[in-house]
Amino acid sequence: MASTKRRWRPKLSEKFIEVRNLDFCRGSRHIFKNLNLTIARGKITAIMGTSGTGKTTLLQLITRQLVPDRGQVFIDGVDIGKLNLRELYKLRRRFGVLFQNGALLTDMSVFENVAFPLREHTRLTNRLIRHVVLTKLHAVGLRGAADMMPGQLSGGMERRVALARAMVMDPDILIYDEPFVGLDPISMGVIVRLVKRMNKALGITSILVSHDVKEIMEVADCSYLISNGKVAASGSPEDMRQQLSETVRQFMHGMADGPVPFHFDAPDYEEQLLGRDEK
Amino acid sequence: MLREIYQALLEFVRTFGALQLFFLRLLRHSPFVFVKRFRLVVFQVYNTGVLSIVLIVVCGGFIGAVLGLQVYSNLKRFNAEDTVGLFTAFALAKEIGPVLTALLFAGRAGTALASEIGLMKATDQLSAMEMMAVNPIPRVVVPRFLGGIIAVPILTAIFTTMGILGAHLVAVELLGVDVGAFWQQMQQTLEPSDIYEGIFKSVVFGIVASLLAVWEGYNALPTAAGVSRATTRTVVVTAISVLILDFMITASLL
Ligand SMILES: Nc1ncnc2c1ncn2[C@@H]1O[C@H](COP(=O)(O)OP(=O)(O)OP(=O)(O)O)[C@@H](O)[C@H]1O
Ligand SMILES: [Mg+2]
Repeated sequence: MASTKRRWRPKLSEKFIEVRNLDFCRGSRHIFKNLNLTIARGKITAIMGTSGTGKTTLLQLITRQLVPDRGQVFIDGVDIGKLNLRELYKLRRRFGVLFQNGALLTDMSVFENVAFPLREHTRLTNRLIRHVVLTKLHAVGLRGAADMMPGQLSGGMERRVALARAMVMDPDILIYDEPFVGLDPISMGVIVRLVKRMNKALGITSILVSHDVKEIMEVADCSYLISNGKVAASGSPEDMRQQLSETVRQFMHGMADGPVPFHFDAPDYEEQLLGRDEK
Repeated sequence: MLREIYQALLEFVRTFGALQLFFLRLLRHSPFVFVKRFRLVVFQVYNTGVLSIVLIVVCGGFIGAVLGLQVYSNLKRFNAEDTVGLFTAFALAKEIGPVLTALLFAGRAGTALASEIGLMKATDQLSAMEMMAVNPIPRVVVPRFLGGIIAVPILTAIFTTMGILGAHLVAVELLGVDVGAFWQQMQQTLEPSDIYEGIFKSVVFGIVASLLAVWEGYNALPTAAGVSRATTRTVVVTAISVLILDFMITASLL
């Protein structure tokens, strides 16, 4: 629709994105230590991990909003650390990103938000833009909200509009940062099916960050569990469920105690409550 | 102590350098935005202009009226009331118009620009644009910058005009200065160069006020506190810069 170029027909399990020996620190916190993972072309890859392990950070590194301290990210065999700004922007046109908080442009209506990439990058006529935008809005069930402003939407609606915007350029790679948070069961079902359809019908490679083990089981072809800056486990969701490793079992079954710390790094609880850590 | 002063100085030089680079970056994108994205610029002129116009009209009128009163009461001692128009016009066109307009602009439109850009940053809107392969500098920052540059001289002209009308109201209508003398003295003595000085200043102040507003917004920390700090800083920094520059320009033109 939006782009007329022919889409690459995926060969099975070909590497599309490869993260190699990645190190990244935020302040004094070492977020990734020698992280390696690959994302297969034309598949849905899920990235799981407890809150604060750096899933959003990983997406930012993959899209080069952040630059790693060490290591490389390859997209289609190209080291994105070596691209200049123009090439980077060209690459980014192939991305559709759903931000964790939607990130709609607050000074435009819902319609204009979804139309924004089209208006910036294509010379489509207004009629065609209208057609494409309404189709995408319809797909997320918000065609009726086209004239509303982002401030008037609920969190879940905002995220669905952002999803429509991420899809509007028919990207090669769709990146979803927590697409299922704050959705009611009906919308959730619709969005899950939409994610699946984008992938199956159009062959779009998808990266899905989520905590929702159940939804991931349903859609993902492959998944990674990140813990302590490393890949703790990987494989198809079925494999993951079968895995006996403590870490995986804890995450998949939602247990508080186990090798994955539920608590953010902190001084000893008892010591702190008793005030002994104060000098 | 000395070390802290040194650090602060270093920090200042660094920030100032970064500001200049930012300015050059905006200038580099300006011709393109001005030609290809003219609608965005016009919208921003409208936006900043409309934000400020009521303020400018009211303040201009009252400043002119006060000037008229003060100048009149002084000149009366020398029996030179006829020159009230001349003196107020002189002060307004050369000094008060450009300076006060820039300060009012910073307080009204500058803060709005800074907080708007800062909030867009804090809510990931600028990152989202970058991810959609849209550079936020030409899309968001430059139109606001150019809009401000265009708006300030226009607002200055309105301010000065309102000021002279205010002085006219007080001097002629209230205090009974002769209408003919009021305008004729002004026309005869005010040189074009005086007007040009005012226009020059308003253009410089327009650039400074717009630049500082978008700079503070674009470099705000992406949090609520960061944005509010940026808004405050916009007013403070613009006020200081405008007053220092005003002195320097006036001195160099004498
Ligand atoms: N701008 C920032 N500056 C400093 N540290 C940050 C910043 N953003 C995130 N962090 C830290 O980086 C770590 C990873 O954050 P990130 O947002 O990637 O987590 P996440 O896995 O996406 O969590 P969630 O599931 O809650 O979204 C966190 O521990 C956080 O404290
Ligand atoms: Mg996150």
